[in-house]
Amino acid sequence: MEQIELTYPAKRAVPKRAHVGVVGSGDMEVLLEPAKGTSAQVSIRTSVNGFGASWKAVLDRFFTKYDGAARIQINDAGGTPGIAQLRLEQAVEASEQ
Amino acid sequence: MTDKNSAADFIHRQSFIELDARERATALFDAGTSRELLGPFDRVESPWLAMQGVTPQEDDGCVVMKGRIAGHPAVVVALEGAFQGGSTGEVSGEKMTAALDLAYADSKKGTPTSAVILLETGGVRLQEANLGLAAIAELMGSILLLRKYAPVICLSAGTVGCFGGMSLALGLASYVIMTREARLGLNGPKVIEQENGIDEFDSSDHALVWAIDGGEQRFATGLIDALVEDDTPQVVDAIRRFVGNGVPAVHRSTQVELFRSRIKALDTSRQWDPKELRTLWTAKSATEGKQ
Repeated sequence: MEQIELTYPAKRAVPKRAHVGVVGSGDMEVLLEPAKGTSAQVSIRTSVNGFGASWKAVLDRFFTKYDGAARIQINDAGGTPGIAQLRLEQAVEASEQ
Repeated sequence: MTDKNSAADFIHRQSFIELDARERATALFDAGTSRELLGPFDRVESPWLAMQGVTPQEDDGCVVMKGRIAGHPAVVVALEGAFQGGSTGEVSGEKMTAALDLAYADSKKGTPTSAVILLETGGVRLQEANLGLAAIAELMGSILLLRKYAPVICLSAGTVGCFGGMSLALGLASYVIMTREARLGLNGPKVIEQENGIDEFDSSDHALVWAIDGGEQRFATGLIDALVEDDTPQVVDAIRRFVGNGVPAVHRSTQVELFRSRIKALDTSRQWDPKELRTLWTAKSATEGKQ
């Protein structure tokens, strides 16, 4: 298992927390909650080691559009970058509803 | 009502199996009455998985909700089959037991609180070995306490089914509901094949596995109380009916003589097939008689 920590700048507050997904094979759960300050912190725990660069690429791209001050935790059981992108977008949608 | 095997009926079904544990639990309550206890944001996860290189889930694969079902106070415990095969660890086991113990405390004080346990599990979580075994023993004790005051209803919808120690816990329930997709057994097909050889049980023969462990066979031999389609309204109706029925006059697990006589009457010198067992074991138990 590998732990990855990433930080991004944020411009606005997040309305409410959201939880999506399951730590099942090829999938992940995402917990998104409002954070104080002007940055977003992302903590990733993944069962597959050695893909730090891929995670950073997915999150870099996600934060070109998302500007919420959120604390995001991802518990991953071998999801692909596509799954990660979809789960993140699903969590944002749930937190903005 | 449309024919239950018609294409139109099939298309209009709302699959229960496709829901995750949280969605399954929520679906059972009267609208707007449920709230989750120890949810993922409380971050009560397994302390044992990370040190063995397994990513934990924040709710440890166990969703606990409190609310009302058909107007009656009820607690629902749902195991997430997709996380570690729904296996029971220290935390998920403790959540289940604590939920039932709180229902017991309320019931004893004069507010009968039913418990519904949604089982998608292979039993004990191997990474937490003895702690998982202890958790199942505690859960069984809690079921025995609560079922005197309020019904304990177990549902296995599939597709994981219910195996291992959790099948023993299921055996203590006041009422058991399955779909034909779900399987129920003490040892899973692969375990039997591994321990006794492929001549004993061929786990790749799905028709054989479902003919023995499947919900349809378990219902036809009187080991469970209801067989429902994989359709959320049907599942919810069955749960509401059993909650409304209250505590059964006789629990299946107390009918030792009935089941002992069934085994005794069986000629084990020859191979029986599942269909023959259905005709042999049609004697209705007391809880079945109430249906």
